[in-house]
Amino acid sequence: MKEIVIKTDRLSKRFGDFTAVNEISFEVQKGEIFGFLGANGAGKTTAMRMLCGLSVPSSGKAEVAGFEVYRQSEEIKRNIGYMSQKFSLYEDLTVLENISFFAGIYGLSNREISEKTKALVEQLGLEKEAKKLVAGLPLGWKQKLSFSVAVLHQPKIVFLDEPTGGVDPVTRRQFWDLIYEASEKGITVFVTTHYMDEAEYCDRVSIMVDGKIAALDSPSNLKTQFKAGSMDEVFYQLARGAKRGD
Amino acid sequence: MRTIRFLLQKEFRQIFRNRAILLLIGVMPVMQLLILPLAANYEVKNINLSVVDHDRSAYAQKLITKVTASGYFKLRGYSASFKEELRKIESDESDLILEIPQGFERNLIREDQQQLFIAVNAINGVKANLGGAYLTSIIRNFNEEIRIELLPPGRFNPAPVIEITASNWYNPLMEYRFYMVPGILAILVTMIGGFLSALNIVKEKEFGTIEQINVTPIKKHHFILGKLIPFWVLGNVVFSLGLLVAWLIYGIIPVGSLLVLYCFLSVYLLAILGFGLLISTFCDTQQQAMFIMFFFMMVFILMGGLFTSIDSMPDWAKLVSRFNPVSYLIEVMRMVILKGSGWKEIWPQFGIIALFAVFLNTYAIINYKKTS
Repeated sequence: MKEIVIKTDRLSKRFGDFTAVNEISFEVQKGEIFGFLGANGAGKTTAMRMLCGLSVPSSGKAEVAGFEVYRQSEEIKRNIGYMSQKFSLYEDLTVLENISFFAGIYGLSNREISEKTKALVEQLGLEKEAKKLVAGLPLGWKQKLSFSVAVLHQPKIVFLDEPTGGVDPVTRRQFWDLIYEASEKGITVFVTTHYMDEAEYCDRVSIMVDGKIAALDSPSNLKTQFKAGSMDEVFYQLARGAKRGD
Repeated sequence: MRTIRFLLQKEFRQIFRNRAILLLIGVMPVMQLLILPLAANYEVKNINLSVVDHDRSAYAQKLITKVTASGYFKLRGYSASFKEELRKIESDESDLILEIPQGFERNLIREDQQQLFIAVNAINGVKANLGGAYLTSIIRNFNEEIRIELLPPGRFNPAPVIEITASNWYNPLMEYRFYMVPGILAILVTMIGGFLSALNIVKEKEFGTIEQINVTPIKKHHFILGKLIPFWVLGNVVFSLGLLVAWLIYGIIPVGSLLVLYCFLSVYLLAILGFGLLISTFCDTQQQAMFIMFFFMMVFILMGGLFTSIDSMPDWAKLVSRFNPVSYLIEVMRMVILKGSGWKEIWPQFGIIALFAVFLNTYAIINYKKTS
């Protein structure tokens, strides 16, 4: 039996009379790369924000890293990393300053901070830019930096919200190398994306349509189930029925 | 404590990289303290006066000379037609008309009695009020003089006259700058502290950086303290700069203890910064925060006792001003700087401001929500 790190049971979020997330139930196992797919407006980000403790669910249950989302959101935050859709590191701080700031907030010791910072800058190949303001970095590098900051404190789970949106194919590839590396270290990866080639890299994917989970399985099983040649086709078959969109 | 250290390091880095803020902190207090006290002067000079003289006698001339020699009035018109002079008021050339009736001199000498007429353009209330009052007192003076001149010593009836001598304590020369500079400094510190703190958290919301903070296990009061302390330091810097300008330019040295002044300011800053942070936690954009802060600042400043005395406000306004932190700072600044008041005199204000600080910051911490 594999350890389960995320578990939801009929988790819902309503804004007024609009139900953004409608009774989703699923489980994510430790060490998995879990793809969270869906059209724009399907409710992916809302679901993810509930799991990260940024948004209180309207109903249903959810446990993340063994903690319950309603009452133990601060304990959850100690055990997860999060990378939002919008770049959210400080643009007016340098690469090094951003890394050490977040490392400090997560309570790493000074020695850990200097070791990690050095290793990270080397790994990302940012030696030259380390002392420059983040505002001046190209988007791809910013995204890699955000990801590295999100896993700096060795969280059990890392949540990535469209981490590769607007990024070129080469950088996307490098980004996925970072994801695999984190996954090998035992970090569970929960990732949303619109790129179906990226969906193929996941161990399992769920596809959300209009706030509900329409399908959940490994990419190869889904392709068989929907008699499709690629994840693109699977997604198309499911998302075509969507009533919401932006 | 370690968390706060990292937060402070980050805030100070951001502040020192923001040239606009540095400029604001350095230049604004100096400039405003150089310009405003000289401009915001209640002493009205250069009142434009029109004289309608129907008499054209020696005494009328004497009166006019006395009025114009006082230094408060400028003679803008002199004619025998009220209509003509009224036109000057209409076209804003004149503020006041003094009408000297026909037979002024004759009646004054023969009947011992004469009337003068003053018409005031009351659109500018302060100017009108003071102009009227100045003119009245000059005429009264003139009246005394002629009484002595006209009544022969033998027949002089020593009517009991009450003469009033006044002395102005704590500001003997009635210098407006002594009164204005501490008040303006109080407002400067309030504006800079209030706006910087109001715009700060909301800026993180706008840029999305607050998401990355909210997803960390950071404690809410750590976050608020991390915002409060840097602006508190800046507020003290601005205040010290202001005191320096007040000393170098206006020669104002606090009569009371600097320690008392800084103690009060420290707590006051916590209150006003807490208020700014509270607004920041309510708003989603910097624009909203700006407008809300602006609204409160207008009320705080206009009802803070800098330009108009709180004692002369109606009762409801006095009640409102009790909830205005700025009024306490202005009061205490004047008390300590001009009068030399100490702990014993300012402790009521100190207590109230401390309550403000505790309430506003607690509210800000509660209202800052890491989870929506």
